[in-house]
Amino acid sequence: MLTRTALEALVQRPLPFLRSAWPWRCLVYLLASAVPGLVVVAAGMGALQVGLAVDAVPLGVVAAIGVLVLAAPLAGRFERGRLRLVDAVPLPDMSDRRRREAVLTVVTVFGLWWIDLVMVGVTVGGPVLLMLSPVVQPESAGGLVWVAVGAGVSLVPVAAYTVTAWAGARGVMVRAMLAPPELNEVLRSRARLVDAFEAERRRIERDLHDGAQQRLVALSMTLGLARLDLADDDPVGRLVERAHGEAKQALAELRELIRGVHPQVLTDRGLGAAVRDLAGRSPVPVGVEIDLGEEFAGGSGGTEGSSGWGPRSPVEGGAERLRGHDSGRSRVRLPAPVENTAYYVITEALANTAKHAQATAATVTARMDRDALVVEVRDDGCGGADPGGGTGLTGLADRVAVVGGRLSLSSPVGGPTLLRVEIPCAW
Amino acid sequence: MRVVIAEDAVLLREGLVSLLERFGHTVVASVGDASALVEAVTEHRPDVVVTDVRMPPGFADEGLRAALELRGKDPGLAVLVLSQYVEQTYAAELLDSGAGEGGGAGVGYLLKDRIGDVREFVDALDRVAAGGTVVDPEVVRQLLKRRRDPLQRLTPREQEVLALIAEGRSNASVARELFVTEAAVAKHIAGIFTKLDLPPAADNHRRVLAVLAYLRG
Repeated sequence: MLTRTALEALVQRPLPFLRSAWPWRCLVYLLASAVPGLVVVAAGMGALQVGLAVDAVPLGVVAAIGVLVLAAPLAGRFERGRLRLVDAVPLPDMSDRRRREAVLTVVTVFGLWWIDLVMVGVTVGGPVLLMLSPVVQPESAGGLVWVAVGAGVSLVPVAAYTVTAWAGARGVMVRAMLAPPELNEVLRSRARLVDAFEAERRRIERDLHDGAQQRLVALSMTLGLARLDLADDDPVGRLVERAHGEAKQALAELRELIRGVHPQVLTDRGLGAAVRDLAGRSPVPVGVEIDLGEEFAGGSGGTEGSSGWGPRSPVEGGAERLRGHDSGRSRVRLPAPVENTAYYVITEALANTAKHAQATAATVTARMDRDALVVEVRDDGCGGADPGGGTGLTGLADRVAVVGGRLSLSSPVGGPTLLRVEIPCAW
Repeated sequence: MRVVIAEDAVLLREGLVSLLERFGHTVVASVGDASALVEAVTEHRPDVVVTDVRMPPGFADEGLRAALELRGKDPGLAVLVLSQYVEQTYAAELLDSGAGEGGGAGVGYLLKDRIGDVREFVDALDRVAAGGTVVDPEVVRQLLKRRRDPLQRLTPREQEVLALIAEGRSNASVARELFVTEAAVAKHIAGIFTKLDLPPAADNHRRVLAVLAYLRG
């Protein structure tokens, strides 16, 4: 992967990192703080001078602030320029650029510049001084000097890491001040796009259901009736029988197609029911534990039933379901985008398990953790799922990112595989 | 037999009416949405109701909800629900509504595809009207793939028997299907009841509970 920021460079392997230009770029980035530092010190001294000269310190302070305000656009441009040293991602041009640059100038003037210089002084100055021991302390004992030199040399890589870490963190802060962390407008528009796709899928599903499927059922029924009137050895009877078989086959295929487009039970009964039905169709046996609590039920609804047998008796389950009838749709339901995303993730994960994992069992769990839905799909298969290997996992991560969620995967070679997705529910 | 049909696709509704009339049943009302279904049942008090799951106005599961509501009011009403695809959740909800009070009246859940097998479809409807339980073989097939539940303790033969019970077959019919004696079937069924920890009760009730155990997973 292309390294774009100092923080990304930090997680490279040590040797390539130390050989790269990143530590040097970061050092230059931090040393550049000497420029605002000089300006601030000069302005401060000037203010003091002026204040003492005309015997009015407040006037001096006002003058100093005036200088800083005038310098703000320059400071903004300066920060933008040097940010490129540690962060190669282009900065978007924000409409409130002036305000953002003013904030950054204030933060730089009062804090960042001297922190930068202190950091560099300690982490780089220390080792440099140690290495220069023979020069700066020619009178000390010979052995001790060389120990100090050795310590100085061994501290150089440490300095490289420390400088890069601070420069990277500072870069992130500066970027956050100059532009919002993620382009929320883009995220929202992506979410709208996904919603639109979802609505379109539902429409296609309904059209197929109301049109082709009903006609095929009627056709199958007519053929069935025709078959009744024809003798078994009648050649026409055999043809009708064949047509009947084909109509039924077409119906079965259409049914699977429609389910793939949009599962009706997800809309009607929510995630729990849809996942249990999904699990029932999986070629690998799947245990389902879904407990969505009551946060979204407005106090009615109950715990979503679990398909694990364990202590839960059938009678208890019955009571739950009956309560479900009474409260109708008020059972625990998550916002539609969350449900759709979670269902999509579980579908893909189980499909992957069936296709690649050679697993004998899989488990799907879903629960609420504060305001986020946490879904985990695990299997006891051969592991080794690689996000770089195919587009499947990347596609999943993209889909989850659209609703502001997070996907993590643990799949060592030899298994087991655990896919975990967190989706915020505050919509 | 007096039947009320609820199905929003006109083509299919008319087809069902002529199909049932051909087999000598009386269709006292055929309606196109859930509220009309409730009215028709209240007015005609039929022997059995055939309803689609998905109907206007919401095109969600109005038909199923209406069927559950009707059975809530009158546990003696036999209901056969037709669905465009198999949802275990729907099947379980429907069977739950018949599980109380010693079994209640007949209940069935079938894929719409089964209408095409005219004779079997009418047979299934007859079994439901007679108080039997009919579950689509597709539901049963999916459930048998489950794991980690007492069903796994059943022998393959017992699973076959349970699958046939779920379709609403009598012991005699199961025996014919599997080419074994009725006594053997009875033995398998006793084995199923034991393995599923079903308490001793009226035999019919236990049969329904066994099927339910099956559906809940």
